[in-house]
Amino acid sequence: MLEKDLKLLEDSFKKYYFDHFDLIHVPDRPAEREFGFQQFNSGMTRHLAIKNDKELRLLLMNNIPSDVYCSNAYYSFPNLQMTEKDWKEADLIFDIDSKDLHLNCRQDHTCIKCQSCNEVFVKDSKCPNCKSIKFDHRSLTCKNCIQSAKEEVKKLFHILSNDLGVEQQNIQVFFSGNEGFHVYAYNTQFQKLGSRERSELVDYIMFRGVIPETFGYKKSKPDKSSFLDFDESGWRGRLAKHLFGSKSKRSKQITQFLDNSNGYFAFQKKLEDARNEIGIKIDPNVTMDIHRIFRLPGSLNSKSGLTKQICNKIEEFNPFSDACFIDDEPTTVLANCPISFELKNKKYGPYQNERVSIPKHAAIYMICKGLVTSA
Amino acid sequence: MINLGQDEMAKYPFLADAGQYLKDKGFTLEQFASDPDLKLIIDKAIHRIETAAEGKIYRSDIVNDHAAKDASLPREVFSFLLAVVLLKLSGTHSLIRRFALAEARRAEKYLEKDLADTSEQEDLATQILRDLFSMNVQKNNDYFVIPASDYLKHSVSFHEREWKLVNRKVENGLVFLTSHETVRLVRKELGNYINTKIQNASVPSMIDSFSESIKRLTSLSKKFATTTISSGEYPPCIKHAIEVLEKGENLPHSGRFLLGTFLLSIGQSVEQIAPLFKNAPDYNEKITLYQLNHLAGISGSGTKYSCPSCEKLQSQNLCFATPQCNGIINPLQFGKKKTLNA
Repeated sequence: MLEKDLKLLEDSFKKYYFDHFDLIHVPDRPAEREFGFQQFNSGMTRHLAIKNDKELRLLLMNNIPSDVYCSNAYYSFPNLQMTEKDWKEADLIFDIDSKDLHLNCRQDHTCIKCQSCNEVFVKDSKCPNCKSIKFDHRSLTCKNCIQSAKEEVKKLFHILSNDLGVEQQNIQVFFSGNEGFHVYAYNTQFQKLGSRERSELVDYIMFRGVIPETFGYKKSKPDKSSFLDFDESGWRGRLAKHLFGSKSKRSKQITQFLDNSNGYFAFQKKLEDARNEIGIKIDPNVTMDIHRIFRLPGSLNSKSGLTKQICNKIEEFNPFSDACFIDDEPTTVLANCPISFELKNKKYGPYQNERVSIPKHAAIYMICKGLVTSA
Repeated sequence: MINLGQDEMAKYPFLADAGQYLKDKGFTLEQFASDPDLKLIIDKAIHRIETAAEGKIYRSDIVNDHAAKDASLPREVFSFLLAVVLLKLSGTHSLIRRFALAEARRAEKYLEKDLADTSEQEDLATQILRDLFSMNVQKNNDYFVIPASDYLKHSVSFHEREWKLVNRKVENGLVFLTSHETVRLVRKELGNYINTKIQNASVPSMIDSFSESIKRLTSLSKKFATTTISSGEYPPCIKHAIEVLEKGENLPHSGRFLLGTFLLSIGQSVEQIAPLFKNAPDYNEKITLYQLNHLAGISGSGTKYSCPSCEKLQSQNLCFATPQCNGIINPLQFGKKKTLNA
């Protein structure tokens, strides 16, 4: 990154942390958590202990981090090495990222940046400038991505509260600051579970590893009466709605399976297909990891310059305005951004190697995406 | 401490404090060795061990919750306690393991029945499940419900898919089970509990007149010693990882982790393994050595990383199972066959 870009980023991040400290708090039981941060063009510093908001503020002002993190785990000694921390328990966290949803819109808003000559282009297998095939991909998240991620969040919320008995007031949803959402569940019966047990919870939520017997399809002498039905709770009810569509079609479709000599395997195939449709698309590794540090709510995401912001009403939440807090001071940049984007209800781009004067939050957004240099 | 009645003691003899029980009944171990009338119980104990060794469940004299004869209840308990003493004296670990498992399965049957008979109030079966295995069971119509977190703690060691949480009825944080399934969840821990009880049992160093019985057990145990024969062939996931690297293609981090931990586990050194990565598109000798040393626990926190399970590899798309992989749960078990010496 160029010196002047770096300076603009650091100045803007510092100003944000100065002006918006009300958005950033240490979580509950801070003394038992591990904190960490990264600076621009530098590695990770972790295993830090921070006791209160005042100490957090000091860290932000002294270090001007590009990213700030905090553990979901609680430790006796959060500042010691991993093996000596004495892990006690951890909140449940789920990561829903629109890049994992494999949406068709994605290729339309992904810029490809050549690693050799820095040329930026869209939908090409070779750099149009130097013909290199080594690229970085920079996605400018679109509304469709956010909407689809929100749908996953709602489905996850339903499973957490109905199937897993998590009380609604113990669930919090955050916009990640870039392309998705983080869902936190506190004070649940799962706090003390280790990684392997959490991986089973993940499989439950993602609808992975299901067998036909669970839905009433026995390999030998299957019995129609034991098949899944609409008004059942949990996955049996959800799968019934997905598979049969309407109550009137249920009986006929079950008979079709039973009349088919390969019905069991046909049903098994249906289950696998259903996984992609009705399984919740969370990142399994995130939930299984009980020692991870997560972006701190209220902090900036250096991949976008947007804030990891709590969403109290997910339906109405618009990250492109509700999580955009960097100010609008006019800033001149040399932009090479072949895809347009929207921030604070204003459209920017596309820009083809143009010198433009735009509000600072738009400039920072493009610098974070690697698509401009400040002029 | 769980209070036990006579019937219950016979069903769950491992709950008894052995020394105290003998004392209460007015016996000493030496008496069993010398008194010809009590010799019968030694035979019963040996029979109990032999049955377990054959992988069968010892059929006791308890019928429908009641002893067939009045005297048989204490005999049931004595034969268990004496079996423990004999096993401990003989020090035959293969027999102790088999005995503990068979006794666990025997107790499982009673637990299942006791659980099914559970009325509203708390009974011994739910108490055992809670106090010994921290599993909170409640009756709910035809089902037994336990908190999902308790379920996961126990089911996580099962490999059959039917035990996955996703294949269970789950509602409002609770898992719905039959009495059979509820008790099946703790079989292994019940076995471990009995095993620990045997290991920790205090027994005299030797009682001469037991020597004949102990000889019998020692020779019996020889039948169950196992030897492991290894084919020496790499499992398909490892072959695949090596092929990818040989072709100069990119092997993901998880694949490199698999290869590194696998080869270290079978005894190769960091220096032997490092050259395998030479063809990787991003090869850097220093980084490779650093990472391998880290896996081996030579550098870093000193933690030695173990080879990931087959299940984990499946979820990482690194599993390329062949029929030869049947029945294994970790690549390290590939091509290894356990054989009985019998």
